[in-house]
Amino acid sequence: MSTAAPHALADVTASDSTLRRFLHGLPGVDPVGLEARAASLGTRSIKTTAKAYAIDLAISMVDLTTLEGADTPGKVRSLGAKAVLPDPSDRTAPSTAAVCVYPDMVPAAKAAVAGSTVKVASVATAFPAGRAPLAVKLADVHEAVSAGADEIDMVIDRGAFLSGNYLKVHDEITAVKEACGSAARLKVIFETGELSTYDNIRRASWLGMLAGADFIKTSTGKVAVNATPANTLLMLEAVRDFRAQTGVQVGVKPAGGIRTTKDAIKFLVVVNETVGEDWLDNHWFRFGASSLLNDLLMQRQKLATGRYSGPDYVTVD
Amino acid sequence: MASAFEYAPAPESRAVVDIAPSYGLFIDGEFTEAADGRVFKTVSPASEEVLSEIAQAGEADVDRAVKAARRAFEKWSALPGAERAKYLFRIARIIQERSRELAVLETLDNGKPIKETRDADLPLVAAHFFYYAGWADKLDHAGFGANPKPLGVAGQVIPWNFPLLMLAWKIAPALATGNTVVLKPAETTPLSALFFADICRQAGLPRGVVNILPGYGDTGAALVAHPDVNKVAFTGSTAVGKQIARTVAGSRKKLTLELGGKGANIVFDDAPIDQAVEGIVTGIFFNQGQVCCAGSRLLVQESIQDELLDSLKRRLSTLRLGDPLDKNTDIGAINSEEQLTRITSLVERGEAEGAERWSPACELPSAGYWFAPTLFTNVTQAHTIARDEIFGPVLSVLTFRTPDEAVAKANNTQYGLSAGIWTEKGSRILAVANKLRAGVVWSNTFNKFDPTSPFGGYKESGFGREGGRHGLEGYLDV
Repeated sequence: MSTAAPHALADVTASDSTLRRFLHGLPGVDPVGLEARAASLGTRSIKTTAKAYAIDLAISMVDLTTLEGADTPGKVRSLGAKAVLPDPSDRTAPSTAAVCVYPDMVPAAKAAVAGSTVKVASVATAFPAGRAPLAVKLADVHEAVSAGADEIDMVIDRGAFLSGNYLKVHDEITAVKEACGSAARLKVIFETGELSTYDNIRRASWLGMLAGADFIKTSTGKVAVNATPANTLLMLEAVRDFRAQTGVQVGVKPAGGIRTTKDAIKFLVVVNETVGEDWLDNHWFRFGASSLLNDLLMQRQKLATGRYSGPDYVTVD
Repeated sequence: MASAFEYAPAPESRAVVDIAPSYGLFIDGEFTEAADGRVFKTVSPASEEVLSEIAQAGEADVDRAVKAARRAFEKWSALPGAERAKYLFRIARIIQERSRELAVLETLDNGKPIKETRDADLPLVAAHFFYYAGWADKLDHAGFGANPKPLGVAGQVIPWNFPLLMLAWKIAPALATGNTVVLKPAETTPLSALFFADICRQAGLPRGVVNILPGYGDTGAALVAHPDVNKVAFTGSTAVGKQIARTVAGSRKKLTLELGGKGANIVFDDAPIDQAVEGIVTGIFFNQGQVCCAGSRLLVQESIQDELLDSLKRRLSTLRLGDPLDKNTDIGAINSEEQLTRITSLVERGEAEGAERWSPACELPSAGYWFAPTLFTNVTQAHTIARDEIFGPVLSVLTFRTPDEAVAKANNTQYGLSAGIWTEKGSRILAVANKLRAGVVWSNTFNKFDPTSPFGGYKESGFGREGGRHGLEGYLDV
């Protein structure tokens, strides 16, 4: 039981059954219609000044990510340097929004981005499976926050969600949110590929927001299906409706599988035409990506010089 | 629109299409002038620029074209079905190869957005030719008995809202079944039909099998009345349809009519709201609402009225109106000044009768024929805008309380072409669909077309079906 839900919806989280009734009372999602809408937004033609604007906006929204077992402080240091100054050959390129690392790498990341606008995000809560006792997850979060993480990316317990134990998921999120305190913003990862239906994604979105998420995020990037324009469109509709009902604005972060400028621009079009300019900055929208940045930089260089330079003209970090 | 992210213009190139300063009639495989030398001009509705000068067919030309079609019929109908199929497949492939050119041409002549001609019209045009090409050698198995016979010469009159698609709906089944064709495109959109004539030549189609006669209503009337025409197919307004039915009555001509509509789009309180909003937008703003099966009457359950209308208004505010050749344009120009006048007067009537008018903030270009997307609330069954077909981007919103009331209101119209049902409950879809008197009922979608699916109306929306196996029947002696 908690009081994280905004006043207008406080009763919803009173018990397992009120929460279930609320989540199952949300309007359904027609998959064919949702995907058709996402596809039609993908046909917008973005050129010239609009493209230049979109590329810089996308760069500024990237959570530059390394989540490998083989991560080292050296690797994280070079990632941080790249986040601060993505294109040494053109200093007008904006910094990324954040670097995203495992909790034990937070100190290295903090040091690497010190003095810049770049935030440090950390995937705590037994990422990516989330299969650990709550105490372990909270310890993970404390570790990251006390090391200076500005943002915590937590995974929800998909097992609990899929078995209908919504209140358990809710209470875990509120506990993690509490552990974040005022120091860190909380991004809640649903692993949409494992939730499998769009109805579930909409319910998870509302569940996350009711529990106090600052951001809702599609996926870990560790499963077959990650962010898509359709599931991002659906989550944007959820944050839009949530704000209309409660006055609370929540951010959205598609993650995993977004590799090209073309893809990133399609996502920005979805943001632009679903929720509009209120979400068009990196406080409210992020891309969880590692390889996207280089393609954005190459496209940026092409716009500036008229020529496509190739992968050796951007850094490999 | 969000001011932070303005899309730069992304115009499709006009250079891909070469429009000649003048075009003749297409009779017996040749382009020719009208016997009396009459011509008319076709303009681009988005700019009022004159695109070309077109020969206007008179009675003598109609006679010449029907005679050519009659001569061609003997050989064409005697060809094995597989041979006819070869020509149709060839036409379908040429349409695909030239689709960008045809899409630009159609947008210039009609005023609809390039997005729609490129993504909807042209793929469907090719699909119809492919589909009926497949039937040409299988007519024995179409369910009309062994060896069904063609009718002869088909006189076809098509409208201006989907010029090339309506041509495909008419010509593909006619040729597949062994008929020959004299077709009159609408006076405001003759160009794509004339380009199609060129495609027929490119495909090596025998002379006289397809004849194209641009002209006004009198050309169509002469074609319909010609004694040597065996089959009349018309798509257009109900008023003209009735006139044609009177002309054809008592003759042995077979007739199919696809006329007006006032489709009901019914949204129940358990509908997938966001997708319903998209479906409402597609239903009434596709092709600026100039669609006979448009969902022009929104019937929304009272309990979700406010929520749905808020969503709908927010969505309408993101529609982009302007240059139809811009790939980002959602709403193009109204097809003609005459049509714009009709829409305007019906909308004024709606206001005068007490309905509440709403449009998003929307700047209209100075040249050309434009009408902003428009929503009417507080509409009742007694209002003119709930009864008459407006054929423009104007949605009338009515409410209901129970499924029975929804069905009663949906059916309370002189038309019966299309309807839509939005609900997450499968059993309700089936129950309601069974009670709706409409040729097409879409559920949780709207304005979806496919060559395999028959299309046609009840009541004053006409009779006969186009598309699918059913579409063959109108061109066979069964």
